[in-house]
Amino acid sequence: MQAFVPLKLHFFTIFDLPLLVVIFFAVARRSQVSGMLTGAAIGLLQDALTPSLPIGVYGIANTVVGYGASSLGVKIDVENAGSRLLVTLFFYVVHEIIYFTVARGMVGLTLHWSWLHELGSAFANAVVAVGMFALLDRFKQRT
Amino acid sequence: MENLISRYRNVTILAALLFVQVLGLAVQVKRSNENEPTRLIRIWAVSAVTPFERTIVFLQNGTGNIWHNYFYLRGVRQENRDLKQKIQQLEIERARLSEDAEQAHRLQALLGFKEEFISQTVAAQVIGSSGSEQSRSVYIDKGRLDGVRADMAVITADGIIGKVLRVEKGHVASVLLINDQTSGVGAILEKTRLQGVLRGTPGGEVVLEKVMSDETVPAGERVLTSGGDQIFPKGLIVGTVTKVSLGQDLFLNIRVKPAADLSRLEEVLVITQQQEREPAVTDATPTRAADILAERLPSVPVKPPTEAPKTAAAPAGGTSTPNPNASKTTAASSPGRAASPKTTGTTAKAGNESATTVPSAANPGTPKAASLPSQNAPKKPASTGTTKAQPASAKPQVPPASEPSPDATKPQDQPQ
Repeated sequence: MQAFVPLKLHFFTIFDLPLLVVIFFAVARRSQVSGMLTGAAIGLLQDALTPSLPIGVYGIANTVVGYGASSLGVKIDVENAGSRLLVTLFFYVVHEIIYFTVARGMVGLTLHWSWLHELGSAFANAVVAVGMFALLDRFKQRT
Repeated sequence: MENLISRYRNVTILAALLFVQVLGLAVQVKRSNENEPTRLIRIWAVSAVTPFERTIVFLQNGTGNIWHNYFYLRGVRQENRDLKQKIQQLEIERARLSEDAEQAHRLQALLGFKEEFISQTVAAQVIGSSGSEQSRSVYIDKGRLDGVRADMAVITADGIIGKVLRVEKGHVASVLLINDQTSGVGAILEKTRLQGVLRGTPGGEVVLEKVMSDETVPAGERVLTSGGDQIFPKGLIVGTVTKVSLGQDLFLNIRVKPAADLSRLEEVLVITQQQEREPAVTDATPTRAADILAERLPSVPVKPPTEAPKTAAAPAGGTSTPNPNASKTTAASSPGRAASPKTTGTTAKAGNESATTVPSAANPGTPKAASLPSQNAPKKPASTGTTKAQPASAKPQVPPASEPSPDATKPQDQPQ
């Protein structure tokens, strides 16, 4: 979906669906090792599908987010929508900070950081995450 | 250690995962430099290792300096005296050689050649090597911030050693030695003036290629840089020919022993700037070795010059006909040149000699000046025979004051 939907709906690029998946599974499994491995795998896959970036940029960011989300999932209740919104908001910002740091510091890309844009994207992702987590919960229950 | 890892197992796994991904990124990402892009991992490895190398070299040099400058001072005084003596000898030699160099410059100027000369260098220390037999290169502790750029020549006092291959950010650069397989230097034999290309061999030796097999190259001949590669200035020492044999494709295989010891490099010079200029030809008289020696010899103190009697010029000043001799006596800077017309007439030739041999009344050691008035003297038809006496710088004798000159005229100050 992340690869195809933006072709038709350009605004869809602000949504980072792989990141939301990482957060969901990390929080759901509540195992730090499992969370970071899931984040690493999804992040590397995302890198592989991004030809302009070297492999490892999203991998590093999602690994850290997976570890952090699973650590948090152990400590607090993330079943309700409000906490899911906040958790997603927080980890989206963390993800973007790590991504910018690696992309600018190591890869040497010229990126511009805008707090307004990032917070807006974080809120939008958090809202989508609430709906998506509910959907994934149903899918998990069925299986 | 195991307890630590097991206690922080998750963090350890996270760190390991991140490390692997960062390593992967470092292998993929290339930073663009002057010559070609360099992988990030290479930049990190060099940046991580060079501080230790610099520290070790610094400590090594510091220990050596303390030993040599404080503990090992035996014989320093004698060595100082010997060195001063050697310096004096070398100064004389230098003066002699500078004469030859001036002559060469004049000839070059005639032919309109331009010469390249080293205008700026940066001293650097060798802090590490490539550690591989396939690649013969060293690292130096000067980099971009010190003005070093790729393809700059690197030399020592003994001869050339290579060129700057790559410059890292900060204070590190890598130097490709002349005995590396990928190295190539334009070279010329000193006496036979045959040109060739100097290359390294897999075994670390240096050979001169592209010299035709029908040429004669004697062993022991010196090899210099030809300047054709636009990297090394012309005329720098490369090494000496050790062995000549037939090679492939009608060329000779000439083994060259580098003048600089490439296996024991410690301090080198990076030529950061070269300039072209027309050889300067100075018109000033070059310092001769004899002059330097003469300065050191005790000399007779110069007697202060006494004033020339001006009474001989006084009667000559009132007449109308020109008297070159009289004018010379008034205008002569040397009191020794004052001479009566009679005396100058009789001592035409001797005057010059006497003027030069009697330093008390004339300027010492100025034979030219002594003869100058005779050159500038206006020619006058001889009437009494006195005007034929051209050398007014004749005997510095006191002319008879009361004898009027028949050709005396009003004095004409002729500036000499």
